Amino acid sequence: MRVMAQVSMIMALDKCLGCHTCSVTCKQAWTNRAGTEYVWFNNVETRPGLGYPKRYEDQEKWKGGWTLNKKGRLELKAGNRFKKLFTIFASPIQPQMTDYYEPWTYDYQNLISAPLGDDFPVAKPKSLITGEDTAIDWSANWDDDLGGTYVTGNEDPIVQKIRQESEEKIKFEFEQTFMFYLPRICEHCLNPSCMASCPSGAIYKRTEDGIVLVDQDRCRGWRQCITGCPYKKIYFNHKSGKAEKCTFCYPRLEHGIPTVCAETCVGRMRYIGIFLYDADRVTEAASVENDQDLYEAQLDIMLDPFDPEVIREAKKQGIQQSWIEAAQKSPVYKLAKEWKIALPLHPEYRTMPMVWYVPPLSPIIDLLKEQGHDAESQENLFGAIDSLRIPVEYLAELFTAGDTKIVVDVLKKLAAMRAYMRDITLGGVGKEEIAEAVGMTGEQIYEMYRLMAISKYNERYVIPRAHMEDAHNLEEIGCSLEGDGGPGMLYDDAFSGTGARPNPVSAGSYANTARADGKVNIFMWDGNGRPDAMFPNTAGSTRAK
Amino acid sequence: MNILDTFLWGVLPYMVIVILIGGTIWRYKYDQFGWTTRSSQFYESKILKIASPLFHYGLVGVLGGHIVGLMIPASWTAALGITDEMYHAGALIMGIPFGLAVLFGLIVMIFRRRTNKSVFAATTISDKIMYVSLMAVIVFGIGVTIFSAMQGHHGHNYRADISPWFRSLFLFQPEVGLMRDIPFTFKMHILLAFALFALWPFTRLVHAFTAPIHYLFRPYIVYRSRGGEKVGRRRGWDPVGTSDNSSNLK
Repeated sequence: MRVMAQVSMIMALDKCLGCHTCSVTCKQAWTNRAGTEYVWFNNVETRPGLGYPKRYEDQEKWKGGWTLNKKGRLELKAGNRFKKLFTIFASPIQPQMTDYYEPWTYDYQNLISAPLGDDFPVAKPKSLITGEDTAIDWSANWDDDLGGTYVTGNEDPIVQKIRQESEEKIKFEFEQTFMFYLPRICEHCLNPSCMASCPSGAIYKRTEDGIVLVDQDRCRGWRQCITGCPYKKIYFNHKSGKAEKCTFCYPRLEHGIPTVCAETCVGRMRYIGIFLYDADRVTEAASVENDQDLYEAQLDIMLDPFDPEVIREAKKQGIQQSWIEAAQKSPVYKLAKEWKIALPLHPEYRTMPMVWYVPPLSPIIDLLKEQGHDAESQENLFGAIDSLRIPVEYLAELFTAGDTKIVVDVLKKLAAMRAYMRDITLGGVGKEEIAEAVGMTGEQIYEMYRLMAISKYNERYVIPRAHMEDAHNLEEIGCSLEGDGGPGMLYDDAFSGTGARPNPVSAGSYANTARADGKVNIFMWDGNGRPDAMFPNTAGSTRAK
Repeated sequence: MNILDTFLWGVLPYMVIVILIGGTIWRYKYDQFGWTTRSSQFYESKILKIASPLFHYGLVGVLGGHIVGLMIPASWTAALGITDEMYHAGALIMGIPFGLAVLFGLIVMIFRRRTNKSVFAATTISDKIMYVSLMAVIVFGIGVTIFSAMQGHHGHNYRADISPWFRSLFLFQPEVGLMRDIPFTFKMHILLAFALFALWPFTRLVHAFTAPIHYLFRPYIVYRSRGGEKVGRRRGWDPVGTSDNSSNLK
């Protein structure tokens, strides 16, 4: 047993408003630069829908993730190492700009400078790639709120799959449809196929917290990670020629505060905490034969943070006491392992994703309400969950490789919570049999309700700080005395981004094309000024800034 | 033997080697962030998928041909019973297809770069200079090959002068005299190649030096500690890594 800690996020989809605040704040924080215009580390998809990039879930086309070879061993779906190297001169499967969209801006100047005339001046859309007039025909959320779904909806790979199986068309007529939002970030997988695809070995998983990062200095732009990631959550910065991805806001995490997407989530639907898992069993779990067993296999390698043997082993591996305590209080552990109401996104890709979802009950509630039924009653809800096959099948294709039983169990737990809490809210006592019907106790249901509905900040986010005694190792910190409470009060300093130290990544200040920390490379250098990082420090005494 | 010959064939090669090696070390140490293939496949894929493998695989063949032609002394092949005629016929039969693949691939890639608006907008000055020198080297290279093929066994036997001169460079005893009377086209090919090698470290061509052969041997999953490896300061050169980018300290 090799115990490792993994930061993880769970999103309770019922609470997603589809407001895109997470996407916007993430973009402002991380990808507000030339070369990353089309890059959305966080995006919110309306499902059913095509997703972003278009139809990324169609792995027969995109070849993302892993598959089992004839010997039953894991192999990249895009091919083995030799195949990858032999086809390196032109990547055989690679999403194009048209699969994302051509980024654009508007010619606002024309609104001011157009000559006097009979017609109103317009701000024409201009391509950010070529600078010329462009026609806008797709974006990161073009089919938002089912916009245009009557045309594109049947191209959703999951809709197609269910249709093939049932020969039945999923209805996109307004009154019969269902929809929900699916916010997506990098999954920070335990068995990442992007990492396995990288010819340069530039993608790595941090041993301390499991965050998957791209070493910008070692990436050589072969773009195999983009093929390899089945979630298409690694993006190619077409200006710098390097791969970029969601960083799980590691500079914030290291200081014990949640990611930007979670912090700004209006619906409070995101939960962040840590898991302890057995790193030795990851490959084994990812190699189970049946796709539908992958969810259980992954759940199995998540270790019980109260188990004395796990704690002993964790300490032996150098995991700090505060991390073990955080694992014990972890909201994601409760949602995923204790109550089993959170599920991984597309476990069949065999990457062991670590951003999980509580599937939405709302499609079912909405349908009940529209038909004039009591959507809080346990019988109505259970009946509807059992009979509304298509939403349940759709959710199962997303979260359990098609196993509807697991989804039904989760939805029934959510339904039981509604019914149980209604009795209490109406001044009565919660009926224990409602809880028992889903294999829980009333106490557990109440605790679940607290975490799901009251959702206090400190319960949603249980993030242990990176350890200050390791401060010299932190990517963001220069001096260990500057820790919170220490003489330097690191928190204030790191996020105001001022002071004599070089700007940390978290401090903002993005030059247009320069990298986050102000570093330029030989191609971005405009020939003006002297980029210090590109020259040896000849001044002598102090280190180059 | 005049001063110009001494310079071109006895001094310039070493200057180029110093720039090539020194420049590459500098680039590796100080501009890893700029060390990339700068792929444009994101903008355009259809033409690239044909032209790029054609060019690159052609280049592998051409490189192999140059290694054999320049590094293996004629006496060795003669000892194996290979006559000059046999050798040259073999060189042409293998060399011309590879050379044409490189030339054709490059022409198509430059055509693509010029005509596709997105790709052209992403083309830097460095790219343009590099393409011109690359094209010039290749045109002269193919030129001398085809020219000597047409002359049959009257063609210039580079294995008698250029190859020994090339090998003598590595012994630091450049035999400049061998190069005095070689045909002009050969001289141009070599001098243009010098220019290309001198530009190499400062262009996207550096990606060739990090061909990811180690991918075959590394584990699929890479764990790395948050702080990266710690290294001491090296004498003479100050590390440029900032505290938020310790990977530069390696």
